[in-house]
Amino acid sequence: MAGLQLNNVDKTYPNGFKAVHGIDLEIEDGEFMVLVGPSGCAKSTTLRMIAGLETISGGEVRIGDTVVNDLAPGKRGIAMVFQNYALYPHMKVTKNLDFGLRLKRRPKDEIARATTEVSHTLEIEELLDRLPKELSGGQAQRVAVGRALIKSPEVFLFDEPLSNLDAKLRASMRVRITDLHKRLKEEGRPATVVYVTHDQVEAMTMGDRICVMKDGHIMQVADPVTLYERPANAFVGGFIGMPEMNLADATLSLDDGGRIRLGDQVIDIEPDLASRLTHKGGAITFGIRPQHFELVAPGAANALTGIVRIVEFLGHEVNLHIEIEGNAFISVIPSEQFDRSMRAGDTVALHPRARNTQIFDRDTGQNASLGG
Amino acid sequence: MSVTTPEVTTATSGLTAHQLREQRRAKISATIRYVILAAVGLLMLYPLIWLIGASFKTNSEIFANPGFIPSEPTLDGYIKGWQTSTPYTFARFFWNTFLIIFPKVLFTAISATMVAYGFARFEFPGKKILFATLIAILLLPNVVTRIPQYLLFRDIGWLDSFLPLWVPSAFAGDAFFVFMLIQFLRAVPRDMEEAARVDGANSFQTLIFIVVPLLKPAIISVCLFQFMWTMNDFLGPLIYISSVEKYPVSLALKLSIDTTEAFEWNRILAMSVLAITPALAVFFIAQKHFIEGISSGGVKG
Ligand SMILES: Nc1ncnc2c1ncn2[C@@H]1O[C@H](COP(=O)(O)OP(=O)(O)O)[C@@H](O)[C@H]1O
Ligand SMILES: [Mg+2]
Repeated sequence: MAGLQLNNVDKTYPNGFKAVHGIDLEIEDGEFMVLVGPSGCAKSTTLRMIAGLETISGGEVRIGDTVVNDLAPGKRGIAMVFQNYALYPHMKVTKNLDFGLRLKRRPKDEIARATTEVSHTLEIEELLDRLPKELSGGQAQRVAVGRALIKSPEVFLFDEPLSNLDAKLRASMRVRITDLHKRLKEEGRPATVVYVTHDQVEAMTMGDRICVMKDGHIMQVADPVTLYERPANAFVGGFIGMPEMNLADATLSLDDGGRIRLGDQVIDIEPDLASRLTHKGGAITFGIRPQHFELVAPGAANALTGIVRIVEFLGHEVNLHIEIEGNAFISVIPSEQFDRSMRAGDTVALHPRARNTQIFDRDTGQNASLGG
Repeated sequence: MSVTTPEVTTATSGLTAHQLREQRRAKISATIRYVILAAVGLLMLYPLIWLIGASFKTNSEIFANPGFIPSEPTLDGYIKGWQTSTPYTFARFFWNTFLIIFPKVLFTAISATMVAYGFARFEFPGKKILFATLIAILLLPNVVTRIPQYLLFRDIGWLDSFLPLWVPSAFAGDAFFVFMLIQFLRAVPRDMEEAARVDGANSFQTLIFIVVPLLKPAIISVCLFQFMWTMNDFLGPLIYISSVEKYPVSLALKLSIDTTEAFEWNRILAMSVLAITPALAVFFIAQKHFIEGISSGGVKG
């Protein structure tokens, strides 16, 4: 029964490197929060401060109503799953699972009951007598999750728990973890989860909400749909989505109903975009997702013309790499709309769907097309 | 083509002869190599083999017969040697050695592990200076500290007792072992210890339940080294132990040389053989861990 709160949290490492810059984050009780961002953006550092494995240089961390800044990790009511499992190599799986409970001197029958229950939940009953070195990656991962689960913690912390698994296993473990979270909630003992990953697929599929980080700053905290459709800034726009959102320097002028100039080409601002636009005009970053960059007939209104560089036929869809005014763009089109005779070097016209066009201020990177 | 064919044929048969010669040469060189290696190996081992052989000879035969197989094997050296010319038997001296070795090895393992854990895993004020001191001690020749140490123990009143021989080790006085364990621990990932802390273990519990098992091979190496070095230490007991009843084996061996006017060499040799057996036995029993410890401690860093 505990939410989690980070208030203006700083982290400066002993070597003077400032990894986290005053972040604020509120995670609700029972929520599945994903911290995502490129490598080195201080996801792990943040998680480890919550766990108590790194000192907090400034601000406060609250779990439930308690400020935990100075509490030992074992007293914070948390459990953590590490990237490389960190199982105790000299202990059998059973001992790995109940180590925490044995330290707390819980009664023997209670420990036995908890071990049985957890090993049943994670289907590791037949592994209980093995040493960690006798487990496969997926099995070790389940034991690591079991070691966290057995303590019935208020907050689960995961640090890239699936990144050492192969693609298939990763997908099934992903489902297993979300499933577990849901099941705990249904059983009336919801667990708050903070899950670190650099993989946006994991982030989008698992998180109730996602916190996107960059260089020790939080860029946006939102649910997956909002994050995808209404990115707060160019970084989030570019980070979330596959292939990446097309971002290009452009100029916005608000005369004559508004125009966007990209190199020598100019397109009008359509009403769908105009109604959302809050920018005063000037230097912008123009953003359009490949999926919303439609191939249209040459000469169509409000289209950009470019030259096809590469055609990637993927079966169900086609990625067109197009050069427009010196910028590389990608357009994804369903394969039934793909003209089989198209070749690299062809000239094509593309229309950015107004409803999905994003306009970011070039200086601040902030999204200026989210409406009033 | 037809002109060159016979030449080719002779060349081929010439090559075969050449190959044969090559093969023979390889075989000869291998034989020579092994003979040399065996000879050198035997040369190195000869004193030991001779020692064991001679310990079963009579005193007169030792100098008469240069071979190492005794003509009339006898246990005389062992029986008389064990009795010694003092009121004590060698059992007493072995017991004395044990009284030094046991606390020394035990407390070395404990103290060196704790100090290494502190250096490798914690940040504390003055850590850099203390670590530099440790390295300085490591580099300092032992003899330099002998006199100040002697004066110190004399003032405390510990002369002619076993205490000066093992108490320094109980306070991680053997910088080499501490250094070795630190290097080993630096190569061990911290994740397991962090997992233990999240599981609720304090620093001490983490040390006992996680770090010590992980360090086991290195700790066994430390124990082995300490055992062998202490067993063989002559200078330490010579400086601090003055009464015969407290002599360890290393001093007692010299005792038989001192006190008898005509040296009973077979007794001395027999006792020497006995003196090296514990170290040999312990080494072979723990060999597997020992090797593991050295290689894993040495390679990473
Ligand atoms: N012990 C440390 N000392 C100094 N800098 C560190 C330390 N650990 C991490 N960093 C730095 O802090 C930043 C964030 O690291 P980390 O939290 O591990 O990133 P992430 O998990 O997002 O990849 C990185 O630039 C990293 O180099
Ligand atoms: Mg990380």
